[in-house]
Amino acid sequence: MNSQEIRKRLSAYRVGIAGAGGLGSNCAVALARCGVGTIVICDFDRVEEPNLNRQYYFLSQCGMKKTDALKENIYAVNPAVRVITHDIILDRQNIPVIFEGCDVIVEAFDRAEMKEMIIDAVQTSLPGVPLIVGSGLAGWGRNDALRSRKIDDTLYICGDETSETSEELPPLAPRVGIVASMQANIVLEILLDRQQ
Amino acid sequence: MKIRLNNRDEEIERQSLTVSELLAYKKYTFRLRTVKVNGVYIHPDLYDSTIIRDGDNVQVIYLMSGG
Repeated sequence: MNSQEIRKRLSAYRVGIAGAGGLGSNCAVALARCGVGTIVICDFDRVEEPNLNRQYYFLSQCGMKKTDALKENIYAVNPAVRVITHDIILDRQNIPVIFEGCDVIVEAFDRAEMKEMIIDAVQTSLPGVPLIVGSGLAGWGRNDALRSRKIDDTLYICGDETSETSEELPPLAPRVGIVASMQANIVLEILLDRQQ
Repeated sequence: MKIRLNNRDEEIERQSLTVSELLAYKKYTFRLRTVKVNGVYIHPDLYDSTIIRDGDNVQVIYLMSGG
């Protein structure tokens, strides 16, 4: 498939992104560059200066809602993408409604409890929809510990599955970006290998 | 019994055991994890009542904060 064919194929699909922090913002921009047709983005937060060490935002966007800022950045890269935003706190009840019709969902939350919640919600209420989870990306170095693991056709895990963010082990652009790109790469694998 | 645990063969000196018992047996101490047995997501409320038997395929996923 050449670039044009890839764009054409991807333009037919809709990808949901749960969270617009380090994983979500970087993953969304990567997917927009490749030409995914529709991206559904959910977050309730605003851009703050400390986010800029890893998240796909700019100093001039501090104070903006992340959903608005990310939409702006996606349009600056590829205006052909349809971006649907929800400024909302996701929970078990609204996840199946908001992400209904998505071909793939990317988990991009910060807290492990939320990761557990969305796995439960998608596996239970959106059966068959692949969910790509990020788990373990804190700190720096240890490239070779980062991996992606297919559990089955509906669940994939990216990250080292061991490092937890803390004061002494913050999330930083390189490892967060690697995991976000791994997630985007699995989205492409799922969508481009799909029989039309 | 023999099970598949995270894509590896695992020999366990028991006829069967619950998800909770397996997590304790393997000393999986991470605070948050997700478990699938034969492709079915197991809610944490069901860890004590879900039985793992010979030949089952068990996936344990660790959930770490950060994103």
